[in-house]
Amino acid sequence: MATKLKSVDALTIGVGWTGGIIAAELTKAGLHVVGLERGEYRNTSPDFQVPQVHDELSYAVRLKLFQDAGVETVTFRNDASQTALPLRYLIGFLPGTGLGGAGVHWNGTTWRFLPWDFETRSKTIARYGASMLAPECTSQDWGITYAELEPFYDRFEYQAGIAGKAGNLKGKIQPGGNPFEGPRSREYPNPPMKTAYQSALFRDATAKLGYHPFVMPSANVTTAYTNPDGATFGACVYCGYCERFACEMYAKSSPQLAVLPVALKTGRYDLREGVNVVRINLDNTRRRAVSVTYVDGAGGEFEQPADMIFLTSFILNNVRMLLISGIGTPYDPSTGRGNVGRNYAYQANTGATYFFEDKTFNPFMGSGANGMVFDDFNGDNFDHAGAGFIGGADINVNPTGGRPIQYHPVPPGTPSWGVAWKQAVAKWYSHAFNANAQGGVQSYRANYLDLDPTYRDAFGLPLLRMTFDWGPYELKQSAYMADVLGKVGKALGASQTAVRPLKGHYTTQAYQSTHNTGGAIMGSSPASSVVNKYLQSWDVPNLFVLGASAFPQNAGYNPTGTVCALAYHTADAVLKRYVKKPGPLAG
Amino acid sequence: MADEIKRREFVAIVGVLGATAVAGCSSTAPQQSAQNSAAAPSNGAQAQKALATEPEAFTFLTPPEQAFVSAACDRIIPAEPPGPSASQAGVPYYIDHQLAGAWGNGARMYRPGPWRQGTPEQGYQLALVPAEVYRAAIRAIDEHCNKKYNGNFSGLTPAQQDEALGGLEKGSIDLGVIPATTFFSMLLANTIEGYFADPLYGGNRDKAGWKMIGFPGVAAVYTRHIDQDYGKQYVVPPVSIADVQQGLVQDDMDQMHVAMVRAMQPRNSFGKGR
Repeated sequence: MATKLKSVDALTIGVGWTGGIIAAELTKAGLHVVGLERGEYRNTSPDFQVPQVHDELSYAVRLKLFQDAGVETVTFRNDASQTALPLRYLIGFLPGTGLGGAGVHWNGTTWRFLPWDFETRSKTIARYGASMLAPECTSQDWGITYAELEPFYDRFEYQAGIAGKAGNLKGKIQPGGNPFEGPRSREYPNPPMKTAYQSALFRDATAKLGYHPFVMPSANVTTAYTNPDGATFGACVYCGYCERFACEMYAKSSPQLAVLPVALKTGRYDLREGVNVVRINLDNTRRRAVSVTYVDGAGGEFEQPADMIFLTSFILNNVRMLLISGIGTPYDPSTGRGNVGRNYAYQANTGATYFFEDKTFNPFMGSGANGMVFDDFNGDNFDHAGAGFIGGADINVNPTGGRPIQYHPVPPGTPSWGVAWKQAVAKWYSHAFNANAQGGVQSYRANYLDLDPTYRDAFGLPLLRMTFDWGPYELKQSAYMADVLGKVGKALGASQTAVRPLKGHYTTQAYQSTHNTGGAIMGSSPASSVVNKYLQSWDVPNLFVLGASAFPQNAGYNPTGTVCALAYHTADAVLKRYVKKPGPLAG
Repeated sequence: MADEIKRREFVAIVGVLGATAVAGCSSTAPQQSAQNSAAAPSNGAQAQKALATEPEAFTFLTPPEQAFVSAACDRIIPAEPPGPSASQAGVPYYIDHQLAGAWGNGARMYRPGPWRQGTPEQGYQLALVPAEVYRAAIRAIDEHCNKKYNGNFSGLTPAQQDEALGGLEKGSIDLGVIPATTFFSMLLANTIEGYFADPLYGGNRDKAGWKMIGFPGVAAVYTRHIDQDYGKQYVVPPVSIADVQQGLVQDDMDQMHVAMVRAMQPRNSFGKGR
């Protein structure tokens, strides 16, 4: 029998970026918030300190900061004709766990999506006609525009201390920034990151090709910074231990730095770690969420009632919690009916390595997001007529730190072991660098999430089942980007260029990206989405489902900037409108 | 070393470490012969102190398994220049400790059944944990080698060993329920890990893997270097976790990582009086 706790104004299921943003905004406004985090408490000091935190084996290879597959994993199949099997090790994507979530171990690349990304379907039809969309493509408009979201991108960027250079200020194109971006109301709060030699070469070569390179926007904060709520940050030192690691310098923006101290300072935030939410409880009408049930480390069961419930875990857990709690209609790919689990999408990366006999780099210097990038082939920034796909990729060089277990590039044709391999590793370590085209992925009828009929987690709950493969666009897009990366190699004067276009089926067996998206998508109608543009459940209006689960398809960018802008947009609507008149938020 | 950057800020290596040969690009890296480095380290007394923290002892691998692992990882990373072999760098101890520890016993692995063979895209689907995979695979490989070459793997010629490893890599040797490619991938990954992981895990002895490629190790402040001196190799004796914890490195009072972090620690503490 669960112990029933005293009701609060709001609770969040998960305390990462979105849970932290909701906590900060609501507690500042006088509401009482409970944060429920399944993982452990951790903070910059004493948990993220040198020298221990600079341990490649423990953090990057044994995955210290990530979800433990022994407790909870995902089952996977490429298509519905196969039997899904559990990912016995998490490899291809790496959900975080613990206080701060993936906001602790992320790289910090912080994008605004293009205006086109929010209106993919209607703008594609308007420019190319309906025949441009493959019949199985279920990509759709988001129900929100870039212009509506702009003030909330701005909020997040100032709260998190993002470093960058504006490319479009109120419609005026700015030198040094991204000329393709949507208009910004003001400049970034911090100057862009420093440019490593690899990035400088890439900048010069791509500019020579007529592209428009600029410094990647970054949450690796570049100055000692104080955000509008008084939270303070240090400056990044380019130590090269960033993604998969936690930052000891108070410099990689995280919930611990940017929002959690703000919430805790109010005295109205109750943070509970080590508790696993197993269910959202609805009342008899099935239109109202009354509480959540969670289990603590000793097996104790608690029921925490709240007026508002914010589902703020990773996208896979968000979708699973909806399905486990019986909220909304599960998607059925054979009929196309139901929306929960529909439009699962991902990221399609095309890699390249450039080798130089005559140039020397220091690959260990870097940060999670300090690269050079161009957007000429992203979104609809180029003419897709005849290309065979829609969308595109940001194409970047991002020296994140050449930690040698995972970074020891050798040219194609080198044996994978033995004397020749060893000599190639020694020869090329300081004479090569990688580039990546980070491609968007469209949504398709056959790619979706549901509950696995066989496998269960440590709490006895069904695992999430992922059915996913590349659609008709992704392999063509990847071949296109590989061609661009090859041209860049020529312009760089590389001695050798190795490009790696995607081929065959999507595999979970090599790390690709943790930019999983969809399954609880936003939209303008309950017929085609799970949440409205405020990320409010159509079915249960006092439930909000935040995160990349709301993306109807994925853009050629890292998701966090958009995830957090949407969270601020939600908080704004909740405080200005919902708390005054609880119920469905129209318009 | 014309390309060497004179570094002022980062770490000044004190004592004997400061007098050691400077590791840099591969052409200038000193050849390490670290087979007996704990007893007679080439890098002097301070290095000996750090290295002595990791005793040389096997806890999981049986003697025949020790022989297999040493021989096999020395074909993966042989003794030819520009660095020591895997076993000279302590990799068999690394692998032993990993197999004895959490990873070898299935940490972060989803273990409930039912088990069935999956597609390549679904990955590892054995009920065995890595320690069990090594144990069963090594026995099967030695059986194969006895049949084909009349001896255990460790006693074969290097050419025969390479042929056997190639057979594992291609999946053409029968290891019972364990796909040969699964075991080979594990062995290859573990050997590379042991060669390049922090020395505290038993491999990368004398930081030889890091010296071979010019990797500076754990402590790193590059604010003043990342956009300066383009094309110049940044050359520095690598620093390990033990070096920092045992006080073998210290800052030069400029912008040292550890000192900065220490100064910042009181900031931003939050919550429940922690």
